[in-house]
Amino acid sequence: MRVLAAMSGGVDSAVAAARAVAAGHDVVGVHLALSQAPAALRSGSRGCCSREDAADARRAADVLDIPFYVWDFAARFSADVVDDFVAAYAAGQTPNPCLRCNEKIKFSALLDRALGLGFDAVCTGHYARLGRDDAGQPQLRRAVDPDKDQSYVLAVLTPAQLAHAMFPIGDTRKPDVRVEAAARGLRVAAKPDSHDICFIPSGDTRAFLAARLGARPGPVVDAVSGRELARHDGVHGFTVGQRKGLGVAAPAADGRPRYVLGIEPASGTVRVGPAAALDVGEITADRPVWSAGRPPAPRFRCVAQVRAHGGLAAAEVGTGSDRLTVRLDEPLRGVAPGQTVALYRPDPGDGDLVLGSATITATAGHGD
Amino acid sequence: MTDLTVPPPGPTYLDHAATTPMLEPAVTAMTAELRRTGNASSLHSAGRRARRVVEESRERIAEAVGARPSEVVLTTGGTESDNLAVKGMYWARRAADPRRTRVLVSATEHHAVLDAAAWLAAHEGAEVQVLDVDERGRVRPETLRAALADRSEQVALVSVMWANNEVGTVNPVRELAAIAHSAGVPLHSDAVQAVGVLPVDFAASGVDALTLTGHKLGGPYGAGALLLGRTVELTPLLHGGGQERDVRSGTLDTPAVVGLAVAVELAVADAPRRAAMLAGLRDDLIGKVLAAVPDATVNGDPGTEVIDGGPSRLPGNAHLSFPGCEGDSLLMLLDAHGVECSTGSACTAGVAQPSHVLLAMGADEAVARGSLRFSFGHTSTPADVEAVAAAIGTVVERARRAGRSTVSVGAGR
Repeated sequence: MRVLAAMSGGVDSAVAAARAVAAGHDVVGVHLALSQAPAALRSGSRGCCSREDAADARRAADVLDIPFYVWDFAARFSADVVDDFVAAYAAGQTPNPCLRCNEKIKFSALLDRALGLGFDAVCTGHYARLGRDDAGQPQLRRAVDPDKDQSYVLAVLTPAQLAHAMFPIGDTRKPDVRVEAAARGLRVAAKPDSHDICFIPSGDTRAFLAARLGARPGPVVDAVSGRELARHDGVHGFTVGQRKGLGVAAPAADGRPRYVLGIEPASGTVRVGPAAALDVGEITADRPVWSAGRPPAPRFRCVAQVRAHGGLAAAEVGTGSDRLTVRLDEPLRGVAPGQTVALYRPDPGDGDLVLGSATITATAGHGD
Repeated sequence: MTDLTVPPPGPTYLDHAATTPMLEPAVTAMTAELRRTGNASSLHSAGRRARRVVEESRERIAEAVGARPSEVVLTTGGTESDNLAVKGMYWARRAADPRRTRVLVSATEHHAVLDAAAWLAAHEGAEVQVLDVDERGRVRPETLRAALADRSEQVALVSVMWANNEVGTVNPVRELAAIAHSAGVPLHSDAVQAVGVLPVDFAASGVDALTLTGHKLGGPYGAGALLLGRTVELTPLLHGGGQERDVRSGTLDTPAVVGLAVAVELAVADAPRRAAMLAGLRDDLIGKVLAAVPDATVNGDPGTEVIDGGPSRLPGNAHLSFPGCEGDSLLMLLDAHGVECSTGSACTAGVAQPSHVLLAMGADEAVARGSLRFSFGHTSTPADVEAVAAAIGTVVERARRAGRSTVSVGAGR
């Protein structure tokens, strides 16, 4: 196959590309330039957007003896990922930009271009397993390394996107990926993992959003009494489940800590209350994507996951035309509109199978 | 001249404007010198021997380009020579008269000039004025005349390149230098693309400072010169041992200098024959590309006029735009066919920016992004043209499909 390997400059995508080469594919490496104004050197734990990262990717491609190019997707990234991120926070939601980047950039803009140029697949260093069922349909499963599993941020991909994806390192644990990188002579073998959001170099999401959205003051209100407890500079400074930085001086009547329970963007109201009120028993979500093209059944049992790591509960899913309801067996906390709920069929042997995902629009308490 | 050359780097190497293979006699002279010892500034016999090699090399370079030996300031190449000229002349002219803070540069200069001028604006109080170019990429004499019409006493220097590296357009340097001089202003010209192809005579051109570099004409990387008129004042960038008229300190790289001298001498001697050969290949390529891709357009000057005794376009340069294509895609697909060319301007991260040269010529951003530069050099043959002709049709078709993204699996939700 002709394979386009997306190379961030990190160890995972370098080993993924190396494995594609070793498998006998005709591989070309591409680094996506996503920042409008890339820094010369990498700083801290953000590892995909500096010119040093581009150089690391180029060096790895040179070691693999494959052609390598840098493609400028900065404008697309800014419009589809960064603007979306800012708009979601402004609307009181909690977005996941990595998921959006996979959906809109790597397996949309990049994949489209790759297919147009005659490639058969896009290869990345994501930790997820991709196989085929008996009918030849792609099946996305959790990675072997539970700490690194990225199937959640890939659960937004359609069958057509998965059909042209390649995740060569999903069957390997991270420490072994590093060992393999060193054995293959890749200098990025010991490069630190990247964390945080790649387009917020300071790591200060609140300041990043404040700089783009400005001050949009509103009240912090006690969900029980309806009393205004404090004023805030904008709903973008809050996410559901947040405890710190509420700016509330007076302790709650019961003496327990308060958490953000909900955000009403229209009025700019942030509702706070006790931890117990965070419990979510039912999730409504829209814009479902089914990894097999359709839901397994109109109603089915599965495991729901509401964030990249953790946030798991067994659930029963009911599907409608363009929305679904997820009734959780056990309550989950920190579930916010805008997040993605990914649905899995447990499979301890081959790895949990991704059934699909949808965007959370509303939540209800446990037993409501 | 193929008997003088080492093998070309790729199957179809059409990026000679980026760098061109070394001429074999230059390799021989340079490698012989690498085995010898001697600091050209030393007084003992090893130093004397090295100094003799350096000074003979300086004389050979001077002779080839119409300069006096004392006007050859040896540097590490184009970027250093441009920085030395722009910053050094600015500082010296402003020191002599503090009113002189205006810097006039053409819009299509290499970044070694543009960014040096921008740095002077950011850090040294310079007022940088960009000289517009016409739709062919040329600075018209009336543009410079107008820029010097008032406040000419405040101008530190003018910098206009001899021939543009991207689209190949040749500027009327002799006339521009005369205009600058009539206003009492010195002119620098970056001639890295011109020396060895076009007739470049430093004295006859009238320019005050001229940049040349080795690796564009068959010499080594990291070796070049700034030709600097004897009366031109210049403040150095590098301070130290006082080599090179006190303008450029640093122990001279004797092997590189001799390699540079041999290459300049050979390239200049061969320039008339080579220019005709390159123009023939260039015209053949343009004809065949346009036959395969009828809506492609040629950027720059047709090259049919005569400027300062040479053609009005670099004879080895073909610069074309392919509507509906991304230059990145074209580059990759041609590379897969063994054709090595360029989108014109590389930058550090390798991200292709829309060319500032094409934008200055009035092209819109989409056209600027969908452009390729093919540049021929001394190792080029008709087989190179045939390789492009055989591939370009399918490559453009494919790049258009990728550019329009008609295949859309990624619609998502």
